[in-house]
Amino acid sequence: MNPANALPSVTPLPLRVPRIHTGRVTQMRVARSEWTKLRSIRSTRYTLLAGVGLTIVFAVVPALINASRWATMSAQDKAGFHALETSLIGVNFAQLALGVLGVLVISGEYSTGMIRSTFSAVPKRLPVLWAKAGVFGAVTLALTIPAMLIAFFSAQAILKGHMRNGHDISLSISDPGVARAVMGGALYLTIAGLFGLGLGAILRNTAAGISAFAGVLFVLPPLMNVLPTTWNDAVSPYLPSKAGQAILQIGSPAHTLGQWTGLALFAGYAAAALAIAAILLKRRDV
Amino acid sequence: MIEAHNLTKRYGETTAVNDLSFSVKPGIVTGFLGPNGSGKSTTMRLILGLDAPTSGDVTVNGKHYAEHSAPLHEVGALLEARSVHTGRSAYNHLLALAQTQGIPRSRVGELIELVGLESVAKKRAGQFSLGMGQRLGIAAALLGDPETVMLDEPVNGLDPDGIRWIRDLMKSLAAEGRTVFLSSHLMSEMALTADHLIVIGRGRLIADVSVDEFIRRHSRNIVLVRSPQAAELAELVASNDVRVEAVEPGLIEIEGLTAEQIGDEAAARGFVLHQLTAQQASLEEAFMSLTRDEVEYHATTTNDELKKEEALAA
Repeated sequence: MNPANALPSVTPLPLRVPRIHTGRVTQMRVARSEWTKLRSIRSTRYTLLAGVGLTIVFAVVPALINASRWATMSAQDKAGFHALETSLIGVNFAQLALGVLGVLVISGEYSTGMIRSTFSAVPKRLPVLWAKAGVFGAVTLALTIPAMLIAFFSAQAILKGHMRNGHDISLSISDPGVARAVMGGALYLTIAGLFGLGLGAILRNTAAGISAFAGVLFVLPPLMNVLPTTWNDAVSPYLPSKAGQAILQIGSPAHTLGQWTGLALFAGYAAAALAIAAILLKRRDV
Repeated sequence: MIEAHNLTKRYGETTAVNDLSFSVKPGIVTGFLGPNGSGKSTTMRLILGLDAPTSGDVTVNGKHYAEHSAPLHEVGALLEARSVHTGRSAYNHLLALAQTQGIPRSRVGELIELVGLESVAKKRAGQFSLGMGQRLGIAAALLGDPETVMLDEPVNGLDPDGIRWIRDLMKSLAAEGRTVFLSSHLMSEMALTADHLIVIGRGRLIADVSVDEFIRRHSRNIVLVRSPQAAELAELVASNDVRVEAVEPGLIEIEGLTAEQIGDEAAARGFVLHQLTAQQASLEEAFMSLTRDEVEYHATTTNDELKKEEALAA
């Protein structure tokens, strides 16, 4: 028999519940509780690790491939090579992992019924949403900043020494716009995670939340290609993923919002999702 | 102290709780009795503010549950539906709840010990049996040292020792002056644990009485008599206060007299008795007939509503 399924031996249990002094619910205490919740689910830890790992792996592998083939690459391929883009490509993969995790942070409570315990402990409800956003956002940022830095520096170290038109193709963090793009990648991923959290809180269902997240971030942009080019160029920059990823660019490419404008718009989408979630959270039955 | 005033909850066309008013007083165990689907769990969700009432109001210790600054100290609840993340250990589940209101970590260990889950506290709750899940739910309910303890079908899945423990625990909590509100669909369970009863059927209040009063009112004393002279005996004892029913030739049921009275009467007339058995109609039967009336009444008056509910449930 599985020991986990065996009822603990019934020793005569005490009948007196010891009295204690309890405190009041505060935002900080709810945040501490959400931190305990986040770190105590195994799949959460794995998904976070996957997010971090993907950013690094997908910087190192393309850098290795390009570096090893550099000598034999055509002049055209060399001209089209971007050392920054190569080291930030992992963001595309990591955003899926972190968005899914954002959805799960809240949808997992609905699917298991935990939400009833949560809202019985914090019946005002909103402190829970803010705590989830704060804790998950902080943890994501704390992990993605080093991940982005490791991704960038390892890719550039691999590319270093390869020349194009007499210049080293690798970039330095102090080159114009580079630090902004690398740090911006971490911000982008954090906002993507919060966007997922907002969608999860609105839809209260894991499958629906993940579908909505993937739909908005991955399906919507290529769908724009069915529009006439002028329309596409006018609309696409304002899509959440396109707007947010402006921060990963150096210079000012056509049909793209400014770096900070784009990121701010992406943050706006995430904030809107969380605001709608907050309104629904207050109004709906659990 | 829980006070409900004209509490009503509708889900679409279905009325789960219908104009329910009652109060649950401290210092005693109050049983919340009704058949499955009668609105007990909905009422408890309304008390906790998990669902908002369509109309009416319910307060705990004078305030809406959500207005209390330390909710877990006001009400500790075990809901019927599982309310635990399956991927989290029992210890971390309780810790996360405790942390929301500054309940010290030591309290978590204390309660795990209290409900007897020490050996599995670090295991994921998803692996728990029904009984272990109940124990964890009870630990969560008692975490905040609540003034009011509210448990939905607490004996579900517990072994006989566990059931006895819950009964004694509830009584001792009430004796400490706490409000104890306990739901069940089993009258026999309530008769053993509760001091007071709130009975509902189809979301409506059917009875709000002490258990003693309920038993006195609803348990009939019947004496089964087998005798060759059963017919004569029946004629002799029948009166306004005494009801006699012939079960089969030579066997009658007498209600309204004790076995001693009947035996004396028979002896005085020289009647032969082959059997004289005092029987008590079970409380379960009394409860069933009480709630069945309510169900039937509604079934005939709101047949359409019932059909819709069945369609919803299917």
